Amino acid sequence: MASFQFELVAPAKLLFSGEVDEVIVPGAEGEFTVLANHAPLVSTLRPGILTVKAGGDVKRLYVRGGFAEVSEKGLTVLAEDATAVEDVNMTEFAASVSAYEAKLASAPSEEARYKMAETLFQLKAVQAQLGGGSHAAH
Amino acid sequence: MASLKELRNRIASVKATQKITKAMQMVAAAKLRRAQMAAEAARPYAERMDAILANIAGKVAGQPGAPALLGGTGKDDVHLLLVCTAERGLCGAFNSSIARLARDRANALMAAGKTVKIICVGRKGYDILRRTFAKNIIDVIDLRTVRTLGYENAQEIAQKVVARYEAGEFDICTLFYSRFKSVIAQIPTAQQIIPPQLPEAKAETAAGTNTPVYEYEPEEDEILAELLPTNLATQIFRALLENAASEQGARMSAMDSATRNAGDMIRKQTITYNRTRQAMITKELIEIISGAEAL
Repeated sequence: MASFQFELVAPAKLLFSGEVDEVIVPGAEGEFTVLANHAPLVSTLRPGILTVKAGGDVKRLYVRGGFAEVSEKGLTVLAEDATAVEDVNMTEFAASVSAYEAKLASAPSEEARYKMAETLFQLKAVQAQLGGGSHAAH
Repeated sequence: MASLKELRNRIASVKATQKITKAMQMVAAAKLRRAQMAAEAARPYAERMDAILANIAGKVAGQPGAPALLGGTGKDDVHLLLVCTAERGLCGAFNSSIARLARDRANALMAAGKTVKIICVGRKGYDILRRTFAKNIIDVIDLRTVRTLGYENAQEIAQKVVARYEAGEFDICTLFYSRFKSVIAQIPTAQQIIPPQLPEAKAETAAGTNTPVYEYEPEEDEILAELLPTNLATQIFRALLENAASEQGARMSAMDSATRNAGDMIRKQTITYNRTRQAMITKELIEIISGAEAL
């Protein structure tokens, strides 16, 4: 399978850079898979799970907020926050979800509330996914 | 002439000071290495961000309805100066050179009849600027409690700035910080962040046709609405990290020369001390001899 250059960058450091076969990106308007020679694309991200496949290896990372850019040079994901799925602290994650829920209740406008509710829904989906993953492992 | 005891005390106190400056220099050197690494690690993100932004902005710029964060408000009456300095002193001219640059800019703007507002990031800059611009300073952001600078700190500052911009409080925002060139050279820099200056975007549109046609998901303006505040936070984050590295560099060289000065002082005072001691011995001997001769 043809491989392409993939870079995952967080504000504080470069997290990953190398050749991969396939990356599944949680785009704002739905997940999409990037393979080699993908058409140029810029997309925002929603909180979700990014899956990287290189050789036989599959890596899953939780990413939150940011952008993905596909160009002829490859795929670049700029994430505000990225953690390997195994390293996500579920209690902390649950705490951040409920903190967000509390913030939603005091949203200033209808529009902001709508947007936050959507993010909250996505966060909860991730939580379910992550929780499900760890149960399956036990 | 000072007594021997006084001289001894003075030498001891200079020695103690030298120990402190020496220790501070070594701590600064260790911190500098870390700060430099952090600044370097943050570079890829900022570079990619610039590239993406330049790409999209090149397309949207000039069109009516471009977001205000990109195109500006069309006026330049109210200027916001975001002055980033350190929280601590004893680092040579680091804080004062940033403050001087900001002050010169503020004076020039006010002379041109513009309104100037200042947000200070870091206590030292506030201490310097409040003497002349007390009524222009609208906010002070204190990072004293922050041990390691995180992206969240920059994000928080960016949110405050964007909120003020959206409330129509200013038209142009300029960021002041010290660019880290080397341990001995830090360059106070002013960078306009709202509306952002995008030299690359212009170069690319001028070069014309071979930029790839991107698909956008969601639409360009929605991406821009998210990208621009993020870019602002990234720029501030970069400035803060550069500043941190510059501060340690400046402190290191300031403490190095302080240590050397203390060494010189100790040498000079030791000579005076020895001369005084010898003079006293000679005096005592003369007294004894002349006493014996008188008998």
